[in-house]
Parts: sequence; C-alpha cells; structure tokens
Amino acid sequence: MTDRITENLKAGRGFIPFVTACDPDDEISLEILDLLAGRGANVIELGVPFSDPMADGVVIQRSSQRALENGVNLTRVLSLAKRFRASKDVPVVLFSYLNPLLRFGIEKLCESAKDCGIDGLLVVDAVDNEARDLREKLAEHDVSLISLVAPTTTDERLERICREAEGFIYAVSRAGVTGAAGSVSREAADLVARVRKFTTLPVAVGFGVSRREHVENIWEFADAAVVGSAIVAEIEASVGTRNAAARVKSLLDQLLPLQKAAHTHKVEGSRL
Amino acid sequence: MNFEPDKNGYWGEFGGRFVPETLVAPLDELHDAFIASRDDSEFHAELSHLLKQYSGRPTALYFAERLSDELGGARIYLKREDLNHTGSHKINNCLGQILLARRMGKTRIVAETGAGQHGVAAATVCALFGLACVVYMGSEDIRRQELNVFRMELLGAEVRAVDAGSRTLKDAINEALRDWVTNIDNTYYLLGSALGPHPYPLMVRTFQSVIGREARAQILEATGKLPDLLIACVGGGSNAIGLFHPFLDDAKVRMAGVEAGGSGTGLGEHAARFAKGAAVGVLQGTRSYVLQDDDGNIAATHSVSAGLDYASVGPEHAHLRDTGRVEYGSVTDLEALDAFRLLSRTEGIIPALESSHAIAFAVKAAAEMTPDQTVVVNVSGRGDKDVDAVRRILAGGSE
Repeated sequence: MTDRITENLKAGRGFIPFVTACDPDDEISLEILDLLAGRGANVIELGVPFSDPMADGVVIQRSSQRALENGVNLTRVLSLAKRFRASKDVPVVLFSYLNPLLRFGIEKLCESAKDCGIDGLLVVDAVDNEARDLREKLAEHDVSLISLVAPTTTDERLERICREAEGFIYAVSRAGVTGAAGSVSREAADLVARVRKFTTLPVAVGFGVSRREHVENIWEFADAAVVGSAIVAEIEASVGTRNAAARVKSLLDQLLPLQKAAHTHKVEGSRL
Repeated sequence: MNFEPDKNGYWGEFGGRFVPETLVAPLDELHDAFIASRDDSEFHAELSHLLKQYSGRPTALYFAERLSDELGGARIYLKREDLNHTGSHKINNCLGQILLARRMGKTRIVAETGAGQHGVAAATVCALFGLACVVYMGSEDIRRQELNVFRMELLGAEVRAVDAGSRTLKDAINEALRDWVTNIDNTYYLLGSALGPHPYPLMVRTFQSVIGREARAQILEATGKLPDLLIACVGGGSNAIGLFHPFLDDAKVRMAGVEAGGSGTGLGEHAARFAKGAAVGVLQGTRSYVLQDDDGNIAATHSVSAGLDYASVGPEHAHLRDTGRVEYGSVTDLEALDAFRLLSRTEGIIPALESSHAIAFAVKAAAEMTPDQTVVVNVSGRGDKDVDAVRRILAGGSE
C-alpha cells in the first residue's frame, strides 16, 4: 500500500490540524483547508459531524452541532474533501464516529473515499474486532485506518495495535475528551516512548494542544502535533462575521514557528 | 436457544464494545472485577444482606384481583419493584455495582439519570458507602422531575444539568462517559440500564435478575404453575431483562416488552426502537436498534415517561426480538396515563409512568386471555415522582 500519510510525517516537526468539515459553511471551510495546506499541514483531519460525539469536549461538540444544523452529512464532507484535493496534495484523514459511516454504508464509503482523495479514516469508537473488520475492507481500497492509543492502553494492547497500524499512530495526550489544557502532560511523552518500542510509524500527539509551547514540546518527543479544538474555537468565534480564515491564520501565526510555512511537501502523484 | 453473550459481549450481532481507546482498559478492569465477584461467596453474601435488610427484598408478588376482575380476562400478578427502597428496581443494580466499585478502590461515582430513579438509587448507595456522587441529568428531565433532583441533593449527590442535544437521558449518558474518561483513576461509572459497552449489559442483567428469580418462585408458590405471560416496560431494558432472564428457558412462558409509543408514529414523536422502519446502529458503546435519521445521526425521542425516552435499547433485547423469543410492542402516552389512573383507582397502587406502559399493555393483553391464565406485570417503580407532572397534564396543560 502506498502510504502518503507516513511519508508526509517522516521528517518530524509535523502539524496535523483538525477541523469539522463544512463549518461554518462549505466555502469558508474550503478556504480554511487551503490555508492549512499553505501553512504546512502534513495531514489534515476532517471531522464528520455527529449528533452524539461522546469523546469530544464542548468546542468540537458545538462545531458538530453547527454543521448538522446546516445540513452537513457525509456526502457533503466527501465533496468538500474532493474539492480541496483537486488543488492540494495534503493527505486527508476522515475523523468520525462509527454510526454515520455505517448508515452511509462502509462499502459505498470505501468506493467514494479514494475518488475524493481520502487517504485514511480514524473512527473514534471502533476498537479491536470492530476496527479489524473495517481495516480489512478499507485495505482493499487503499485507504488506511488510523489507530488511536491512550495513556491507559496497556503494553499488550499497544503491541497488537501497532502491529496492525497504518499511516501514523495517534497518541491521545491524556485521559479525557478533546479540548484545551494548560500543558502537555508528562503521560504523553511516556506513552510515545512506549509506542516507539513497537513501531517505526510516525507518532502524532493530540488532545489539548492549543499553544506554541505545546507544539514545541510535542516535537521534542513525537513526530507531529494534532491541533483541533484551538482551531475550531477560532471558527466558532468568527460565526456571523465570515472572517474565520483570517482568525485561523492569526492563530497559526502564534502556534507555529515561521519556518513551518516554508516547509513544503513533495509527494509524487498525489493530486486528484 | 442460547441467551448468553459471547466473550466479547455479543448476543448475536448485538452488543460489543464501541468506545474510545481510553476506555478499553477501564472496561477490562471492570469486566475482571465483575467476573471475580460472580464466583465470590462473600460478595454474594454481602449483596444478599443489603438487598434484604436495606432494600427490603424480596418484593411482593401481588395478585391484583380488582384489576383482573375489571378486565375480565387473565389473572394479573404485579411484581412490586415499587416497594424497594428508593421506590424502584434501580436499587438492585446500584447495590451490586457499588460493591464492585468499592472492591476496585474507586472513591467517586458518576451516573446518568432520565426519570431520576437511577440517579436517586445511585445517590442513595453512595450515601450508604460514603462515596462522592455526581449525577448527570438532561435539563429537560430536570424540569420534568424536579422532586427527584432535590432528593438526590438531599442524599449528598451533585446533580449536573446537561444542556446538549435533546437534553434527556442520551445526553446525560454522553456527559457521564466524558466525565468517566477524564477521571478514570478514581471514578466508577455506575450505568443504570442494560446498555452501554460490554460488560455493562451483562452486569446490569445479572444484578437485576433477582426480580425474575423471585417472581418465578413466587408465582409457582401462588399458582402452582409458570405464568403464561410476562410484561415489562423497556427503555434501556433493565427491569424487563431482570424479570425475563430467569424465564428464558421456560419455552412456554410468553414475554412482552413495552416501548414508549409517545404521541405519534413519526421520528421524534416516540421511543419505539423496534417499530416499523427500525434500524441497527451503534450508540454509546453498543450495537443495537437505534432511532436515527438518514445520515446516522441519533433522532430525538419523545415519551411522557422520562425513563423510556431513549433512542436505543439494550442489546440483549435486540437479540431477543430478532430471535422471536420476546415480543415487543408499544403503548402511547395517553394509554399509559389511563393505566396510571386505572391502577391507582382499582388497586391503590400509583405506578411510575414507565411502569404504567407495562400496565397499559397488560390491560389489552389480559382482556384477550382467560381466567385460568396468569400474567406477571413488573411494576418497576412507584409513581410518586410523576404525580405532579400527571396533575399538570390532566389539568389540560402540556407536560
């Protein structure tokens, strides 16, 4: 399997932004994705809105709700991804809960995903056998299933998860839901060290990454930082003003060192 | 027929464990503690003692003669779970789980509640064991069940209002899960119904099966034979599975689970997960029937009874439905309200609005049966908590 995701994260100091798709609307969302690509995103996580996001904190819950109120569904998310990937080669990972995917149809999703430039899928509430079934189906269509690991994950599970993993490993920085935190927990570094015993895949750290010092800190021990709620909060603050992209840009200026913007990626044959 | 789940917590295609990775280890830990407790005679002795001395078990199996006469069909027996301490069957499960929590060394309990019955039972056992307790409750349910909120606070629990989504049970469960995942070191999630990720549905069934075990012995003693029909309301399904489970191998005993038919048949007007157009999905850790829209988002539900107002149903019920072992039907808000008054008037027993659904179904079923047949209806809780809401509805206002 080609692994554009792995390739794009190998160099380290990676940046993986998360946004809820089509929030606040499709056009501005596309503008934000373009901006994220321009600011050196190595992979973009595109959130599929769901009515009951049990692993998310309030910021992403509200963005999900906004998108749902605007009628966003998986079809529209895929179409946004396709439009974005028509001009940009940054790998896109769909970030979703299982039920919207089941309702859409896993087979149908597999067929659409590659066509829309989706490289991977991260399904928050699919673990073990449920993840394994999904991975087998996705593999036939050359789409990776990204695995999450948490500070509570035992070494025995880590070994199994890492053995089956593709793309990169998403390490949850702390037990909890998504959302801002004061600092990157000590647990995160310990977890990444444990993960490294079992895989050479890149490791990204997410949950609560909202400041430059968090990103710098994570780059010391992991390959990439995932930033979600901090970006989504800027989008929320812009509701009604249409200046979401400007707000996200100014957040990224604070969050990322300048050289990150100049860091471009060349991955062969990837643009749609 | 096999009624036990496999090692991954599946009954047929239903059940399982659909959770974020962070919760896998805590669920494994819980599973191990639960399995160890099953083979531990000290655990059983302590639980039996509490059920008897603290909650007042066994609860009566009462022959409702006047109600039976009025309907002119089968003889109706009521399993009086409303006579438990705290006024509902929820205490059975809470006593079992609080002993587990203590064995696991947890010092803080979180729980969700819909009608408030489970919240009150959870707050009660936390008071009994001196553990901190946080109960999540949808703000819509708080409005409907003010008295239970005060009751939980009296018992020392902190009640946190949940304003997300439909502001009912489902949203309270999301919030309780978020709390648990954030505080797993010291916190135990005391889930109140036969839903959620494995091992909860199995565990809750185990602790609630005392209802059916007692009822089976009691009806045999009273009538010398097994009942012809068992009836229980089904929200998540804990009181129903508790009554049904000890009878599942008795092939001649019919069983009916009663869902909330609400105010209409459109999506959002009821909580009848098994009604026409039923769809299987994944919600809050388990695969079962789920009321949802075309995009897989969870539908709003409605019932006059907060405890039945939930978009999914326990996975074992889904399996019992698909295998045909248990039949499921629904009754409307209005039928439940009629039954609420009927039982109050004929027997001097005010049932919870949840249990009123089972009574309403019994009214229809018993009338088509003969006096030599017997029906056992589970009165899962008492209706004191609902008196004020029913008064408002009968006065002509909307509830």
